[in-house]
Amino acid sequence: MQPNSAATPAAGRVRPTDVYFFGTCLLDLFLPEAGMDAITLLENLGLRVHFPQAQSCCGQPAYTSGHPNEARAVARAQLGLFPNDWPIVVPSGSCGGMMKHHWPRLFAGEPEQALAEALAARVVELSDFLLNVLDFHPQDRGLPTRVAVHTSCGARREMNVHVTSWALVDRLGNVERVVHDHESECCGFGGTFSVKHADIAGAMVTDKAASLQHSGALEFVTADAGCLLNINGKLAKDGERVFAGKHLATFLLERTGGKA
Amino acid sequence: MSEQQTITLYPSRQFKDNARAALKDGELRQSLRTAMDYLMAKRLSAFSDGDELETLRTLGETIRQRCLAKLPELLEKLEAQLTANGVQVHWAETTEQANEIIHGLIARRGGTLAVKGKSMVSEETELNHYLEARGVTAVESDMGEYIVQLAGEKPTHIIMPAIHKTKAHIAQLFHDKLPDTPYTEDVDSLIRIGRNALRDLYLKADVGLSGVNFAVAETGTLCLVENEGNGRMCTTVPDMHIAITGIEKVVEKLTDVVPLYSLLTRSAIGQPITTYFNMISSPRKPGEKDGPREVHLVLLDNGRSQAYADEQLRKTLQCIRCGACMNHCPVYTRIGGHAYGTTYPGPIGEIISPHMLGLENTKDLPTASSLCGACGEVCPVKIPIPEMLMRLREEEQRPAGEVVAHPLRGQGAAHTGKEALAWRTWRGLFGQPGAYKLFGWAATRLRGLTPPGQLGWTQNHVPLKPAAKTLHQLVRERDAARR
Repeated sequence: MQPNSAATPAAGRVRPTDVYFFGTCLLDLFLPEAGMDAITLLENLGLRVHFPQAQSCCGQPAYTSGHPNEARAVARAQLGLFPNDWPIVVPSGSCGGMMKHHWPRLFAGEPEQALAEALAARVVELSDFLLNVLDFHPQDRGLPTRVAVHTSCGARREMNVHVTSWALVDRLGNVERVVHDHESECCGFGGTFSVKHADIAGAMVTDKAASLQHSGALEFVTADAGCLLNINGKLAKDGERVFAGKHLATFLLERTGGKA
Repeated sequence: MSEQQTITLYPSRQFKDNARAALKDGELRQSLRTAMDYLMAKRLSAFSDGDELETLRTLGETIRQRCLAKLPELLEKLEAQLTANGVQVHWAETTEQANEIIHGLIARRGGTLAVKGKSMVSEETELNHYLEARGVTAVESDMGEYIVQLAGEKPTHIIMPAIHKTKAHIAQLFHDKLPDTPYTEDVDSLIRIGRNALRDLYLKADVGLSGVNFAVAETGTLCLVENEGNGRMCTTVPDMHIAITGIEKVVEKLTDVVPLYSLLTRSAIGQPITTYFNMISSPRKPGEKDGPREVHLVLLDNGRSQAYADEQLRKTLQCIRCGACMNHCPVYTRIGGHAYGTTYPGPIGEIISPHMLGLENTKDLPTASSLCGACGEVCPVKIPIPEMLMRLREEEQRPAGEVVAHPLRGQGAAHTGKEALAWRTWRGLFGQPGAYKLFGWAATRLRGLTPPGQLGWTQNHVPLKPAAKTLHQLVRERDAARR
């Protein structure tokens, strides 16, 4: 867990013409619109976005559940999909953290070690890419609103990119970003944690959802599909019909008029 | 109490039930939240300079790793130096051996009363119960420990043992348990009542027991960090002082203590320095008017060697017991220390208890974390706790029969054929593009058949339902439309 400063990494800091997009399995299966929104956002900024159709998952679910062999097999299937030297943009802090920080460890001593390390160096989380590589200054065309930002622990502690989500939201002229109580605290997702320890995870997501609801925000945004499914799934279970969260990519696309 | 000693209980086996019960205790939840918020704020204010903090943490990590790398050599040196200083050193591989040694020393003097400074290692060995069963009363003198002992409980936090108790709890406890004590919720009065009750015991006690924060090999010095002065009383007033600690507590040089001490007190409770810092180097010397006539040190292994043998897991032993990981843990904050059923709760407890008790008795602890990383972020000696948790998950999922270089006690404790099959299936579906494409196709087409109950997930959430089309499909359709 070595955080790398969002401001410093040299690799991929030059504005490219092409990028790879790694959609992540959670977005792919449960929130594909958010993935499309991220792709559209990048295209609107003049990039050619390449989505390798053979991609599936970074391997994190098995990796954090004590099954590294299974994780390696699934991660290995991704390694050959990014042959050109373009950044690999990932719309999720925790999946990005897996690829950037844990792939080199997962493949240490394996024939694919060098390849995994080379790919890891090119992995960049979406909000980091938008802010620090593209220097995206969104033209806010939306009505005045207030939002809270939930940053995933992967983004915050592994990728050190929570500040990038804040900065992007802060660049929207009509959006007031409100801070919620215990903002840096985990929402309780943690992959299989929310299944194996449902009681504790439930207490965590209950607190997180309440804190977001009471923040004064009209909605919340996050750049992590796991957190989004967790918090929205909890709000829906409680019958909340108005307050919900959306992916940062969707929010940015809506605010800039790129989405009906 | 003595009856319990003979039965080996592993409350950590009931972790999930314990946690469920704790979560329902609203008063406990509120107390913990308030206390942890306070401690987090205090720590932050003690480390206002982020660069200094990082420099100090790196130094702390370096010192601990250097000392662990030389551990066998440093332990020999420590023993030689202490012996030369007149301190007698005893080695215990198991908690039972440690208790036998300590009881033997007390019995030799015909002692019946011991007064104790705070020692988590003595909690590990359940020393109080052991002595009680053999006619020796051991009284805790740290105020938090005293409260917990009076209540017949165990510490819920390694630094603040009674953090789960409110003023009202303590007022009632003192009123009930101490003779002629009126009910009062005034904190100063409560402290005075406790101190007065303890005062006589120091003079009457045959033996003083204590822990050790740092054992310095170079000089043969036992360092003891405390705030109440009770540690100094326990280690100076009675004729015999017995200290107990884990083998990993040794540091090489006296200069190693300075940064570790600063990291310890600031990380623990945001204190720049504690009220008392004791350095014990010998018993009373000829011509000296006070101090114990005998000083003993018991060095306990209790599973630490298992962690030590493995290069990655050895980092577990870097711990200086500040408790910052539990203060910052969203899981600990919600369930408190008792739920873990181990001496050490919270993140450090999740990674050290399996070595002490075996994974067979602690299998739910390594998974009781969302891997949010808050513990690793605040650890003053940079133990990569999430990495340790993942490694322990791997070892408890590893089939018991599989041969590895450093097998852990209880390897495979969480392994089930069902879960192994689930991950093999997952690998088959997600590890081959063709299979994954088919899976995505089927999941979206059959989304109407999404089961309403999805293991633990639907306890807190609406069921996860696949989208009508996968992102793969949306991209394919878009590309086709553009052609």
